[in-house]
Amino acid sequence: MLEDRTGAEPRGNAELSLQQALNLALRHACEDDDRVLVFGEDVGRLGGVFRVTDGLQAKFGEQRVFDTPLAESGIMGMAVGLAMAGWRPVPEIQFDGFAFPAIDQIVNQVARLHYRSRGVLTMPITLRLPSFGGIRAPEHHGESLESLFAHVPGLKVVSPSSPREGYHLLRQSIADPDPVIFMEPKPRYWHRESFDPTQPVEALPVGTSRVVRQGKHATLVAWGATVARCLQVAELAAEDGVELEVLDLRWLKPVDADGLAASVGRTRRAVVVHEAPLTAGLGAEVSTLITERCFGELRAPVQRVTGFDVPYPSGPLEDEYLPSIDRILTAVQTTLEYRRG
Amino acid sequence: MEKADLRELHRLMLVARRVDEEAIALQRQGVLPGYAPMRGQEAAQVGSAAALDLTRDFAFPNYRDLGAATAMGVDLVGYLSTHLGTWHGGMYDPKASRLAPVNAVVGGAVPHAVGWAMGAKLDDTGGVAITYFGDGASSQGDVHEAMNFAAVYRLPVVFFCQNNGWAISVPTERQVAGGSVAARAAGYGIEGVRVDGNDVLAVFETTREAVLRGRDGGGPTVLEAMTYRMGPHSTSDDPGRYRTLEEERAWAERDPVARAARQLSADDVAEAEAHAADVVRQVREGLVTVGDRPTEELFSFVYREPTKALLDQQHAWKEAADV
Ligand SMILES: Cc1ncc(C[n+]2csc(CCOP(=O)(O)OP(=O)(O)O)c2C)c(N)n1
Repeated sequence: MLEDRTGAEPRGNAELSLQQALNLALRHACEDDDRVLVFGEDVGRLGGVFRVTDGLQAKFGEQRVFDTPLAESGIMGMAVGLAMAGWRPVPEIQFDGFAFPAIDQIVNQVARLHYRSRGVLTMPITLRLPSFGGIRAPEHHGESLESLFAHVPGLKVVSPSSPREGYHLLRQSIADPDPVIFMEPKPRYWHRESFDPTQPVEALPVGTSRVVRQGKHATLVAWGATVARCLQVAELAAEDGVELEVLDLRWLKPVDADGLAASVGRTRRAVVVHEAPLTAGLGAEVSTLITERCFGELRAPVQRVTGFDVPYPSGPLEDEYLPSIDRILTAVQTTLEYRRG
Repeated sequence: MEKADLRELHRLMLVARRVDEEAIALQRQGVLPGYAPMRGQEAAQVGSAAALDLTRDFAFPNYRDLGAATAMGVDLVGYLSTHLGTWHGGMYDPKASRLAPVNAVVGGAVPHAVGWAMGAKLDDTGGVAITYFGDGASSQGDVHEAMNFAAVYRLPVVFFCQNNGWAISVPTERQVAGGSVAARAAGYGIEGVRVDGNDVLAVFETTREAVLRGRDGGGPTVLEAMTYRMGPHSTSDDPGRYRTLEEERAWAERDPVARAARQLSADDVAEAEAHAADVVRQVREGLVTVGDRPTEELFSFVYREPTKALLDQQHAWKEAADV
């Protein structure tokens, strides 16, 4: 017997996990706009391997929410044609590492058709991509591809760090007329937060960041799954009287240069934290933006705490690879103790 | 076109033939930086595109489909502006003309046709998507993925393979396993048809059947038009390095345009030549006057609304340019 999973809708404030918040965002997007189509591998009856699309097929039918054959390039290529026919595709690629077979369609087609058609064709596609490590997944099931996508003209890239933001950012991404790569932080899927998803969609405008904790001694810049880790670091540092500001970059393309400058202009020190490998990672971009705008105010060079330039490692080595609380604290210490030679 | 009309199909083929020749001449004169000639493939392209209903169907080309553009009434200057290097994808309106932007990734547009067809089916417009690709492109994974998707969902798609014998220097037998591209259809449980791609009436009729099959819910068709690229792969290619003169001569005897002309009156052919000469003159004039795009356009059309970072870069560029 298949259970009925159409799901009860919260009527006001509710404790929701990120996975539930995203599910609600998809539900509401489908209700508000009957051109929204949700598809991908196992998103229908199963509700996705992370259950983000749970119950959607039962509620909206097999024409609006459907399983595709197992072919990522086909999924993204089909999204392009659907967008050209006036639909609003919200494809899912099951895991980050499997975006690679679709890179050609994403980079050469999705990102460029508005440009190639001189603005006549729009690509309002939201690619939902479960992203980042930290869940001890097998190879190719945990990757940080943000700098790859952020480098591509024509794409927007965003990653939520909390259920409430996840809800609003996904609604906004789906409403956006341009293609958005929506990177869902896997290790945060089950993290809960209380908010009211029946309120109107909040404007978290493209290219804006958010100060999630205020502080005056240094700014930690993070996104996606590392935001929570940085908040933990700030808690610990506060015990020693060090007040760290935590900036959730949120939009990874375009990046909020003004928000970075405002925060670091106040704290005068910055540590960028990301899971992706160091070389040519988004941290390089962020550091440069900070240096360009805050060179006069900076009391120390921008520090980066990142993954290493190695393939994303498997389970037991993951903790060595991901920016740990210790590594972040050490970088904070380095920046606080920095003296010009 | 409701019914096969050889006079009209020949007229369209002749326009494509003469514009193609003009494009090569313009390349030799340094006007077009490069061009991919389609001489020999007129019947395949014109015959298939003429079978579409432009009020509801949609075509996805690659880089060698001047004949399809011609039969669809696309603005040829806008179409050739891609080869002029003016704009990727061309300067014509893909929505109004029902022809997607020119695509240089072989096989890249094939899954787009599948998505478009799904959209048309959901909207119940009766629209059918046709996608053009070569025998070389049929080796791409995207083409397989697209055929399988279209078959699983029973979508109105015509996979129109122009098998012109060569993928640059690689002959079909070194490119396609399993006998033929059409034979692959069996693996997807869909219709697969081979047609003489130099017989414009046969191409028209076969495509029309495939389009109607799609329209009536009969699902996709793989259509393989057997034809020949009489010229080089591109204006910088030398076919003498990989194929024989005998082969080229043998195919020249099967020239699709001459073949159609033989079945028409001398008056009809003369009228078609005069018409083609007229179009060529207009295209040449259009191409030499099209001019460069305003340099500001470097920053246009990347997003619906430009990002602040992009506007900042544009501003910095402008300041530097004005100094
Ligand atoms: C994905 C991709 N790989 C390689 C190329 C370079 N290339 C351009 S045309 C071509 C041969 C294509 O042959 P075929 O599909 O038979 O089409 P034809 O040129 O004969 O019309 C190649 C290898 C390309 N454009 N796209």
